[in-house]
Amino acid sequence: MSSNVGAIPRIGAKPKRRRARRRLNAPRVIGLTYLGLLLAAPVAMIMYRTFEDGITPVIDSLTTAEAQHALWLTFLMVIIAVPLNTIFGVVMALLLVRKRWPGKWVMNALIDLPFAVSPVIVGLALILAYGNNSSIGGWLVDHGIEVIFTPVGMVLATIFVSLPFVVREVIPVLKEIGTEQEEASETLGANSWQTFWKVTLPAIRWGVAYGVVLTMARALGEFGAVSVVSGKLSGQTETLTLRVDERFEHFDMIGAYSASMVLAVMALATLLAMNIFKKEDS
Amino acid sequence: MGIVVENVSKNFGDFVALENVSLEVPSGSLTALLGPSGGGKSTLLRVIAGLEEPDSGTVILDGQDLTASPARERGVGFVFQHYAAFKHMTVRDNVAYGLKIRKRPKGEIESRVKELLGLVHLDGFADRYPAQLSGGQRQRMALARALAVEPKVMLLDEPFGALDATVRKELRAWLRRLHEDVHVTTIFVTHDQEEAMEVAEQIVVLNNGHVEQEGTPRALYEQPANEFVMSFVGPVNQLDGHYIRPHDIDVMVDPSDQASEAMIDRIIHLGFEVRVELTHHDGSRFNVQLTQPQLEELELTEGQIVWVKSGRKTKFEDGETKISA
Repeated sequence: MSSNVGAIPRIGAKPKRRRARRRLNAPRVIGLTYLGLLLAAPVAMIMYRTFEDGITPVIDSLTTAEAQHALWLTFLMVIIAVPLNTIFGVVMALLLVRKRWPGKWVMNALIDLPFAVSPVIVGLALILAYGNNSSIGGWLVDHGIEVIFTPVGMVLATIFVSLPFVVREVIPVLKEIGTEQEEASETLGANSWQTFWKVTLPAIRWGVAYGVVLTMARALGEFGAVSVVSGKLSGQTETLTLRVDERFEHFDMIGAYSASMVLAVMALATLLAMNIFKKEDS
Repeated sequence: MGIVVENVSKNFGDFVALENVSLEVPSGSLTALLGPSGGGKSTLLRVIAGLEEPDSGTVILDGQDLTASPARERGVGFVFQHYAAFKHMTVRDNVAYGLKIRKRPKGEIESRVKELLGLVHLDGFADRYPAQLSGGQRQRMALARALAVEPKVMLLDEPFGALDATVRKELRAWLRRLHEDVHVTTIFVTHDQEEAMEVAEQIVVLNNGHVEQEGTPRALYEQPANEFVMSFVGPVNQLDGHYIRPHDIDVMVDPSDQASEAMIDRIIHLGFEVRVELTHHDGSRFNVQLTQPQLEELELTEGQIVWVKSGRKTKFEDGETKISA
């Protein structure tokens, strides 16, 4: 008897709880489906296709000299473009938010140029500016530096297209933290350099981190601009992203899938690393 | 260790923040800069600290002309309205910041931080982050941080402005006691005349970028230099060209010599104090401040006709203050 009495309110309560859960579920289901169809399914398909015939062909296609070179070149793009754009981005954000100077609004608009202009146009512009027939390019060739159809030009293209990310991520954070902490640091005896390292940088670190992740993703994945200036010479001026396209055109599906998978894993690892750091931080 | 400001002017574009302001703050004193917002008091404080560069004029701290020196070399402790806590540092690291910049030995930093946290009643909070503190605690931490480097002067910019009324009252009393203990020359900015009077030994009234008057709280209240000071440092009525404090008006239920008629519009109970709002027979409206026992004795009610007689009246004529009883 007593157990029955106890069961009645429980029965009454259950449907209510279920209904509440269902209400919450509708947007969640839509969101997950959307993400699933557009993101998860294609990525999963690549993983599936890559390993369809086991791991041996994957290893084989990734250990060819051309693939190794492409991997190295991709690494080179990231290791040069990311630090340079990070330093440039933080300094430029500080100048745009904290200082007044003539021509500031022009600079502010110019920084977004890589977002506004199609990457293919960026590549063509670089060829026009640095090609052997241009004055700058000619001068550089005379001094032993060839830009177009070499990794130098590809690095330039990568820097160009990934330039705005750090600036655009850091500016709103700098605005939000305001100047009071920096002023407090100053009245406590710190010079600008000490204030930057001890107060400003720790306060904007997550803005910088997001900017770095986005810059890195773009540097890993840039196709258009890099493709135009590279000349697409397999084993010489081919990044992993370019290699995916090149292998695909040569009907080497395993080669294309394997290179794609490596790129996807690198991007995921970056995101994961940042989220782990962030979790530890808080 | 006094502060001298001579003929300081500062404009922000078309806006005149300070116009030829001169000021002398004696060593060891506790001075309030009082005035309405936009009156220039924060700008003056920031000019003294070196956070703002004046267009002209001189700032002398402790006998030294520091107008051209950057903030970090002035030896001032600055406390901000919104605490300016270093959010990524613990309370301990916040307080130790200035000492670490000065590369003091570790042991010294540790004992100094401990001593300061005791002084601001934050012992036991050393390992917390600012986000885990209340507003009042954060501001006390900011005070300890500023005091850590033994500043020659302390400058507080609306230090209690962001706190709720109860905490604000507590901290006022606490700041006074702290000043008695530490005795460093202190200027604090406030727009609250009650706060200025309660905490400061000397008040400087700033309005529209210039000094209206300086003096002790009592002098400002009893001998205001002009209409602005008269009405800013306390409630005031204007009756036939005179300024009269609400407590300087007598209310009588029967006609009497030199008294005039008025009608009671409203009686507002503020605890022990009672504010009576009246309309004079000439149509002007004014307030009278009574005590609860006075109100009970007179048995006043809203709508009643009474006779009022003003005591101490103040008039401002040709730049002079004329007081008549």
